[in-house]
Amino acid sequence: MASLITCPHCGVRPKEEFTIRGDAGPVRPAPEAKFAAWDAYVHLRDNVRGVMKEHWQHSGGCRRWLVVERDTFNHAVHSVVDAAEFAQASAAKPGRKAAPAKPAKAASKGRGKA
Amino acid sequence: MSFSRFSDGGLIDRSRRIGFSFDGKRFEGYAGDTLASALLANGVSLMGRSFKYHRPRGLLSGGASEPNALVTIGDGETREPNLRASMVGLREGLVAESQNRWPSLGFDVGAVNSALSPFLGAGFYYKTFMWPAALWEKLYEPAIRKAAGLGRASHAPDPQEYEKRWAHCDVLVIGSGPAGLIAALTAARAGARVVLCDENSGFGGRLLKDRVEIGDADGPGFAASVIAELEANPNVRLLSNTTVFGTYDSGVYGAVERRDGAGSGPAQRVWRIVAKRAVLAAGAEERPLVFGGNDRPGVMTASLMRGLANAQAIRPGDHVAVFATGPSGHESARDLIARGLEVTLVDARAEIPAVELAASDGARLLAGHVVADALGGKAVSGVEAVNRASGERLRIGVDALAMAGGWNPVVHLACHRGDRPVWNADSGMFLPPKERDGLMVAGSAAGVLDLAGCLKSGAEQGARAASELGFKPKPADLPASREACGGSAGFTTLWHVAEARGKAFVDFQNDVTVADLGLAVREGYGHVELAKRYTTTGMATDQGKLSNVNAIGILAENRGLTPDQVGTTTFRPFYTPVSIGALAGEHRGAHYRPVRRSPLHGWAEKHGAVFIEAGAWMRASHFPQGEETGWKQACDRETLAVRASVGISDASTLGKIDLSGKDAARFLDLIYTGKMSTLAIGKARYGLTLREDGLLMDDGTVSRLGENHYLITTTTAAAGEAMAHMEFCAQALWPELDVRLASVTDQWAQITVAGPASREVLKRVVDADISEAAMPFLAVREVRLHSGLAARLFRISFSGELAFELAVPARHGEAVAEAILEAGKPFGIVPYGLEALNVLRIEKGFITHAEIDGRTTPGDLGLGKMVSGKKDDFIGQVMLSREGLQRADREQLVGLVPLNPAQRVLAGGHLLEPGAVPSMASDQGHVTSSCWSPHLNSTIALAMLKRGRERHGEVLIVWDPLRGIETEVRVSSPVFLEAPEEEPIAAVREYAPIAARDGGAPDLLDGLTVSASDRVSLTQLPDAPVCLVAGPMAKDAAVRRAAKAGDGTIRTVQPGQALVVGEAGEGFAALAARLGASADLSLCDLSDARVRFSLSGPEAAGIIATQSAVDTDAKLFKTGASAPTLFGHVPVQLTRLGKDDFEIMAFSTYARDLAESLSRAIRLLG
Repeated sequence: MASLITCPHCGVRPKEEFTIRGDAGPVRPAPEAKFAAWDAYVHLRDNVRGVMKEHWQHSGGCRRWLVVERDTFNHAVHSVVDAAEFAQASAAKPGRKAAPAKPAKAASKGRGKA
Repeated sequence: MSFSRFSDGGLIDRSRRIGFSFDGKRFEGYAGDTLASALLANGVSLMGRSFKYHRPRGLLSGGASEPNALVTIGDGETREPNLRASMVGLREGLVAESQNRWPSLGFDVGAVNSALSPFLGAGFYYKTFMWPAALWEKLYEPAIRKAAGLGRASHAPDPQEYEKRWAHCDVLVIGSGPAGLIAALTAARAGARVVLCDENSGFGGRLLKDRVEIGDADGPGFAASVIAELEANPNVRLLSNTTVFGTYDSGVYGAVERRDGAGSGPAQRVWRIVAKRAVLAAGAEERPLVFGGNDRPGVMTASLMRGLANAQAIRPGDHVAVFATGPSGHESARDLIARGLEVTLVDARAEIPAVELAASDGARLLAGHVVADALGGKAVSGVEAVNRASGERLRIGVDALAMAGGWNPVVHLACHRGDRPVWNADSGMFLPPKERDGLMVAGSAAGVLDLAGCLKSGAEQGARAASELGFKPKPADLPASREACGGSAGFTTLWHVAEARGKAFVDFQNDVTVADLGLAVREGYGHVELAKRYTTTGMATDQGKLSNVNAIGILAENRGLTPDQVGTTTFRPFYTPVSIGALAGEHRGAHYRPVRRSPLHGWAEKHGAVFIEAGAWMRASHFPQGEETGWKQACDRETLAVRASVGISDASTLGKIDLSGKDAARFLDLIYTGKMSTLAIGKARYGLTLREDGLLMDDGTVSRLGENHYLITTTTAAAGEAMAHMEFCAQALWPELDVRLASVTDQWAQITVAGPASREVLKRVVDADISEAAMPFLAVREVRLHSGLAARLFRISFSGELAFELAVPARHGEAVAEAILEAGKPFGIVPYGLEALNVLRIEKGFITHAEIDGRTTPGDLGLGKMVSGKKDDFIGQVMLSREGLQRADREQLVGLVPLNPAQRVLAGGHLLEPGAVPSMASDQGHVTSSCWSPHLNSTIALAMLKRGRERHGEVLIVWDPLRGIETEVRVSSPVFLEAPEEEPIAAVREYAPIAARDGGAPDLLDGLTVSASDRVSLTQLPDAPVCLVAGPMAKDAAVRRAAKAGDGTIRTVQPGQALVVGEAGEGFAALAARLGASADLSLCDLSDARVRFSLSGPEAAGIIATQSAVDTDAKLFKTGASAPTLFGHVPVQLTRLGKDDFEIMAFSTYARDLAESLSRAIRLLG
């Protein structure tokens, strides 16, 4: 029926108002970076079971891009920040590398599908 | 003696008789009856046939869990199958039909299955229909489906209307029995916003069925007094006939409100309830006992039998037997004895608590006995009881049999998020799992079975829910309560009666017996999930609400385990079945998704356009004239006219993005392959955007309107994706750049005038020098029309001909298009549609998303020169240099001409060398676009061909196995027509200029229902300028200051962006001037891109709740508050202008669609 995401600008809204893009971890390399870095940025993604940060756009609201920290296992949303703030905060860190998403700590055992 | 009605008593209104029919026979019941109780009152206890054996069945549990009494309601288009007769409120003219019987309910040929039952045990299908495999689909499955099954749906479109609504609350209370009522009351008194749902038509749960006292009141009286207080509280919403069917993420609950027979409004309404806390007070189901013939009509749960007697005055006969393992049986015996019936009480316990014996005083008691078998055919005629100690059997003639096997708490909604209930061996019940996500459980659902305990539990959970949210609930002052057996609640667990001789059913709906479960265990399917699938226990519409716990107990016995070791199957929504119509709501038929209409839609319609859906848009496909029959004749004529003289078409659907900010040029260099920063003011340039992996994303134009002001166009197909991509680049990749993006697609009507005479035609409309010298290819000018209207003129061509695109504010589009048609008459101007547009571009080898298909690079399409080598960075630059994207043998864009020009070549066909066997290895490429070129009198096609540019002249085969066509084609350049066909046409004489009429704002509410008496009214607000004030995020305060100068209300879109509305009649320039915005803020005119509606009246918030999830509670969304949100699938800006007064600002191309949705919701208010 719905999941709720709290947009930092608009408040609590259902996920239907949002569009997901994917992992917010990878940082766009400099143009002169090694090809392997570009390959990783464009193609390699962790398949996280647990908490990860993702880019979502509030496409049916303020149209801001957000970074949603979400548990892929139980859909719990832990934090939401504006993507610009996230990018600037990441850039401020030495190395300008966002930490790759940690391997998930699953909340509980897997469920079978009938 | 069969079922009948007591001559007095009950909660029914005997002054209101209600006529209905069942299987074609007319009956009468009373107000307050369900279909099930009315049938019993008329002596009809046979209500259905079972799924597999076609055994006669009657009402068993009577509530949401009812497995037997399934009926089809309605006839013709409104047939709704598989409804539980116990959940259907009686209404005048109700038409009900029994299911799964032929030719009639009384004589059912399928009942022969019962005789064949030794061969039809668990796993029968799997074992029997294995060979030959081919017969499964052709013979076995259809035959089985016909013989076994539920009701049939109507195959006609459903004429009923459905609605969806959002609701927001602090505390959702599910169930209105004693626990739910007190929980709701406690939370509401503390000031919390409360929603109370009950799936029955009346509030009170067991208070309406059991003879109890609370304080001075009886059950119904107490329930009524609580409901009266809740009704008077404006913070409380009461929803009866409403089943909460699912618990979802983040405290969202789904519920369906059944309004059948309400007379007006939707037949059903799906509620999405956002609750900070929820109290589950869904009660408990009485557990059936498993003995021989326990499915005969007249066998029912003890609580149902007394509930029917007390509430609907249903008399089960002269003499009834009660088979008990706990106090509920004694309570039923008490109530039936009080009504003068003869009762035989068979209690499995040898020792029975004195309070229970006191309650059932007057019954013939057989302690330490069990009922081994219920006797009879289509109704119970007697029971065979067995003395558990001696084994002695005795037969007793009875008219009905009540069974009290203990209780199963209704824990489903507490388990929908993946948790499993927990077995409690002391009480013999599965109890709710550990609390989570603010869902608390109260009353019998938590295993509390006595009335006083339920009231206390409800009060505690209601208070806890409220206090966790910061409210200060007062300690509940609970009145003393009295009930049968003094509140004794324990029962003895009896999974099945071993002494049974006949079939002992565990799952009634699927005809699963004790023997079937034993067989499953013996054959290795004893795991609870396997047993479910092997025997089908717990499947179908009731999903094992009554059967699962008994099945688990029996599996445990068979396997020598305890019930918790066996465990439960997984709980998932939906709690009870919900019709697809209710879930779809208004989103079906024409409103399956929103329709966007171009500002020229009406103009195209007037000129006979045939429309097709293209993405969200309705676009003119062609404009048939005179004798023309098919689209092709019109398309050929339109195409020829454009190249020979002039045509006019609608380009308004192209994505248009206004870009400003001091880093706009730098931004364009980063997202386009070409160097855009060198573009001169007043010039346009064709551009390509890539994805970061180096493949093409979209193409379009960039026009420079000012120093830091650009207009970007995208393709229609990728407009949404392109906007989101640019926003991502601006916000997430390069937030340090000062760029502002605004969609202006809806602001402009964009009119293409193409063909050698286009300049002569436009000269009559545009009051400016548009000669070749003043307006060369790719020039962009702000111009005035002869009417004085300001417009933008672009010298851009998608036909390869001399062509212009004229953009005028949307409301003037139709008048200007009309003026151009008039101006073009001497030149034979024709309107042309999407089909001709496609032919014109294919003839010139221009690409669309048929070629930009996510696999092609600029080089593949012959556009390699558009990739700048001088830039240090742009999206896709690095990955485009990958070896694989630069290989010489990549597929490249070519043209194809069939050797026989009349032969068809269709997109999707593959290219092969002559004589090659079709295979992946021999594949040379594929056809992307094709058409008939009336200029070349031949089919032509564009294709992607390996090393294509070297292969012009080669002959290949287009292999189209789907359509069975093979065509010999010659490879050519993709540009079929080199130079324009004709030199620009100069007019032979001077024609008079034409001034377009002034366009007005269209009436978007024309023909719609816009009000519901004085409850709500929808109006289109008067024309006033709308301006988007935009600056960098950091300048939000300055943006808000400027925005405040409009009409005083700040309509915030995002940090650094706000919409401003001017005064009615004021022009945009006047508004912009008085905002006093500093020069570093952008002001974008959206006066024609937005339409404003007013929705006012006490029901306005309710109408908004059918569309948007924004919580419009007056304390949270105060007057002056404004929020961007979705109405259905349509983006809007919602603003509160007063207590009951809202402004809805919509994109103008969606406005009519939105108005239709709002109007529908208003109409459904009745």
